[in-house]
Amino acid sequence: MAERVLRGVAAAAGLALGPVWVHQGDAPAPAASSAAGDPGAERRRFQEAVAAVDRDLERLQAGADPQAREILGAHRLMLADPELHNLVEAGIARGLGAEAAVQEATEQLAALLAGLDDPYLRERAADVRDVGRRLVAALAGRAVGLRLEAPAVVVARDLAPTDTIGVDRRLLLGIVTEQGGPTSHTAILARSWGIPAVVGVPGVLEQVQDGMTVAVDGDAGAVVLEPAPETVQRLEERLRAQAEARAREQAEAGLPAETPDGRRVELAGNAKVPGDVAAAVERGAEAIGLLRSEFLFMGRSAPPDEEEQYQAYAEALRLAGGRRVIIRTLDIGGDKGVPYLGLPREENPFLGVRALRLCFRRPDLFQTQLRALLRAGVHGRLAVMFPMVSTLDDLRQARAALEEARAALAAAGIPHALAPEVGIMIEVPSAALIAHHLAREVDFFSIGTNDLVQYTLAVDRGHPELTGLYQPSHPAVLRLIDEVVRAAHGAGKWVGVCGEMAGDPLGALLLLGLGVDELSMSPPALPAVRRLVRAVPFREAEALARQALACSTAAEVEALVRPVLERVAAG
Amino acid sequence: MVERTFTLTHAAGLHARPAALLVQTVQRFPGTEVLIRKGDREVSARSLLSVLSLGASQGDTITVRCEGPQAEEAMAAIAQLVEGGFDG
Repeated sequence: MAERVLRGVAAAAGLALGPVWVHQGDAPAPAASSAAGDPGAERRRFQEAVAAVDRDLERLQAGADPQAREILGAHRLMLADPELHNLVEAGIARGLGAEAAVQEATEQLAALLAGLDDPYLRERAADVRDVGRRLVAALAGRAVGLRLEAPAVVVARDLAPTDTIGVDRRLLLGIVTEQGGPTSHTAILARSWGIPAVVGVPGVLEQVQDGMTVAVDGDAGAVVLEPAPETVQRLEERLRAQAEARAREQAEAGLPAETPDGRRVELAGNAKVPGDVAAAVERGAEAIGLLRSEFLFMGRSAPPDEEEQYQAYAEALRLAGGRRVIIRTLDIGGDKGVPYLGLPREENPFLGVRALRLCFRRPDLFQTQLRALLRAGVHGRLAVMFPMVSTLDDLRQARAALEEARAALAAAGIPHALAPEVGIMIEVPSAALIAHHLAREVDFFSIGTNDLVQYTLAVDRGHPELTGLYQPSHPAVLRLIDEVVRAAHGAGKWVGVCGEMAGDPLGALLLLGLGVDELSMSPPALPAVRRLVRAVPFREAEALARQALACSTAAEVEALVRPVLERVAAG
Repeated sequence: MVERTFTLTHAAGLHARPAALLVQTVQRFPGTEVLIRKGDREVSARSLLSVLSLGASQGDTITVRCEGPQAEEAMAAIAQLVEGGFDG
């Protein structure tokens, strides 16, 4: 057959070329083929399938992270559920085969949960169906979950978390799914693993079969089925270029981020989950400038306990191998999906009870997190960072809470970090303008440019009609940053930036010139920023930043900086 | 037979983790029947799916009934779990 190109959503960058591996995760089971034998035999088959799936889940549980362990634990309880067993046995007694009985029973139980008011419990219907799928697969003698035997591009309807636990990622060349958007589990996983992925490709499953050659272009969001020889040749050239670029980046990853005239900045990586720390270090991050702690709190039924948080933070610190890891305390508000916190809907969630404001109202949550952080601090170089500080009182109250946690640990004789660095995010204009007061009471600042830009220009970053108004290089933003840098240095403290601006060459050049000491960004942006820092003399960047501060519009600033970037790009 | 009524104070009501802890607690008493009632529905506390299907949230009242040789012990263990905010 001829070459075909399918379009989808670009979910994770990069190019992959290889044979298809169709993952039948949630394909409907061949119920018709399960000709019902005698009920006794069907019952035995069901019991054997339950035992096989339970062994499988137990094995997966052993190697999983705490959150996945909890999901798998719930799946094992569902597998052993007497209600499930009663329904299946009743189906078999009515003359159904084991497959059909399992499907009917799990569908009935899933429907029961799907009909509940509580949105969290409704989602558990998916867990019941997942257990059902595993049972049907086991009855058919098929492997459950994603079990690659050779390097392949996985094509699936969607990948569930339980599909990807335990997969050998060296064999995973690329991912294509019919469903899912840029924030689906598949997309997030692919990005954190650095595996090219295209999601939301309608009808792809109908057009592929195992072993068919397929190319995944994770930059363009395209999937090429059975590429023609000329196309393969072109793709192979791009793959070679990609491999060379990666090798070059790796070689450069060890080089210091130092300007030709000797100004040193620290290049750090942002992380969403502990596993991202390894990816950042691989790309030459000298530190982790922002580890968000939200991952522990999202998509679950109850807040994580101290032990689970401790394990996660300790893992991040261990993966960082002695590099500083700045862990930000919970930065969540009514706009995020955390039903168990019971947060009321707010008219203006970004101006409401979020981050520290939420933590102050929920000392149970806050103390648990602070205790876990301090305990984890013995495993590496921990820095604690508080988000959304808008007044000096916020900072003092947060520090008092940290001290309370520390004193409680000390009184109980529990090992903990004695004096971790403590810093705050500067993301609210009020904090930027009183930075000289705040600087005396912290060890460092990290400027969160994403929110600072939003709050300064009063524009929602995700607003579809206002994208042109979201201007990180607006002189108003630059002047606030300038204020913060001067305040920090005046008090002998260091200042970093952990917003998107730090990873964008134009923004990074301005920040360098404004005297920022640390730039923390998503790891893929590190190589380009490193090259930039090593190419532009600090005195030139500084002069450029001074001129930018005097500009009247973002467009003027960009016109000023572009020629320098073009010169650097031209080598 | 022992019967007791509890008000759920845990923020997540009987979501997956608290419900799983409840089922695991009941499993420690194999010969004892444990039933949970919310409103007009009563289900076996040995079935995670049934417990979840009660849809019990924070502030809801549930009634637990234990019958069998270890009814008292089972109730004590459940009370400790529920009143302790599912901290185990």
